[in-house]
Amino acid sequence: MLKNRNLIAPNDFTNQELNEILLLAREIVNRPDFFCKKAEGKILASLFYEPSTRTKFSFDTAMLRLGGQVIGFSDPLTSSTAKGETVADSAKTISKYADIIVVRHPKEGTALLMSKYAECPVINAGDGGHQHPTQTLTDLLTIASNKSSLCNLKIGVCGDLKFGRTIHSLVTCLSGFEGNSFVFISPEELRMPSYIKEKVAEKGKSFIETNDLEAAIGDLDILYMSRVQRERFVSEEEYLRLKDYFILTADKMALARKDMIVMHPLPRVNEIATEVDADPRAKYFDQVKFGMYVRMALIMKLLGLDESTPEEDK
Amino acid sequence: MINVSKLKKGIVIDHITAGTGYKLFSQLHLDELDDVVVLMRNVDSRKMGKKDLIKIETDLALDFTVLGLIDPGITVTYVEDGNRIKKVKLTLPEKVEGILKCHNPRCISNTEKLESTTFYLVDAKKKEYACEYCEARTQL
Repeated sequence: MLKNRNLIAPNDFTNQELNEILLLAREIVNRPDFFCKKAEGKILASLFYEPSTRTKFSFDTAMLRLGGQVIGFSDPLTSSTAKGETVADSAKTISKYADIIVVRHPKEGTALLMSKYAECPVINAGDGGHQHPTQTLTDLLTIASNKSSLCNLKIGVCGDLKFGRTIHSLVTCLSGFEGNSFVFISPEELRMPSYIKEKVAEKGKSFIETNDLEAAIGDLDILYMSRVQRERFVSEEEYLRLKDYFILTADKMALARKDMIVMHPLPRVNEIATEVDADPRAKYFDQVKFGMYVRMALIMKLLGLDESTPEEDK
Repeated sequence: MINVSKLKKGIVIDHITAGTGYKLFSQLHLDELDDVVVLMRNVDSRKMGKKDLIKIETDLALDFTVLGLIDPGITVTYVEDGNRIKKVKLTLPEKVEGILKCHNPRCISNTEKLESTTFYLVDAKKKEYACEYCEARTQL
């Protein structure tokens, strides 16, 4: 049962529970109109303590497309945090108004802290460089819709593997599915943290580390590109040195298999040349749409909403 | 050689890594006790070469979590009427609350006023604990 649960990290849910969400999401993709009144009378609190366009819009539109309503802020200076209120108190207060909370915060662990104090389900929409589980759900739905299954895939993740929370969440989650293996492609300075590598190894999955994208791309089923995030660097000089380390171009795509797909959590800066956008293997703009649908499914599950469709009602 | 007489009633904390005894002494606040407490340093040991040892002449409720964290190899022996009545061998605790502090400056536990943060043992060999909030590791 997912009703009244929180989603803080991707491994909060079992593979079976993830599959349930993906199944519902695929139903919503096929027949969105059937779900447009499912959350009528429900309120989602959208608490963005850090700038975000895509994730906030995605959650807000997901709730609106379910017929629910949204309250919240996207600038912490307009909230009581500016008056010195603690995260714990904000969680207690806001959960008196709302039925479900979505939170993004620059500090790692904030969503977990909120979930301890809130009286309603809490969804982590990104806590610093730590976890971003709904991006993982988005990625899983994109993969499930483009590949026959979530198993037996060779996944290459490329770019900022040190601070890339999206990548941490996705790799952790996919390592729980049978037969998957990983290629971690990054400059030395932005290598995958050891705690993620240990999680992969604990689940019996193999990985290799390289800084050679061209050599690795030909073997991959999925290439997941990521942005080097300026906001995670203390030194501007270090950021400038590493930001264009990998650029996926049409030439590099020519080395990849015909059925490989390219994913990216967006926004993109320079790491994927715009010439790649026209390649049918480029799926990063489709991910955005899948993100909204999978969040609709997640909200429905955590609120325990009726999932029946009109035919089933009859 | 300094001789310390045998305990009649109390606690012997033995097999302390040489040089760690004073840290233990302080963490357990033994300086606040009115009873007799002896800290012996660099005592010859067949197993360890050198070791530290603490004898406390009272019945004290010890915080085994603190002891295990500082030096998991130590043994604690309870003595009554000059006889050993209980011997406790310590290990690293699986879960630690309110003792460790997260060193990750980006962790919420360093900004929010929290009563305590829980840390979970992730690598006993390296004596590493992970913060419940950010999973960053702290080494003892």
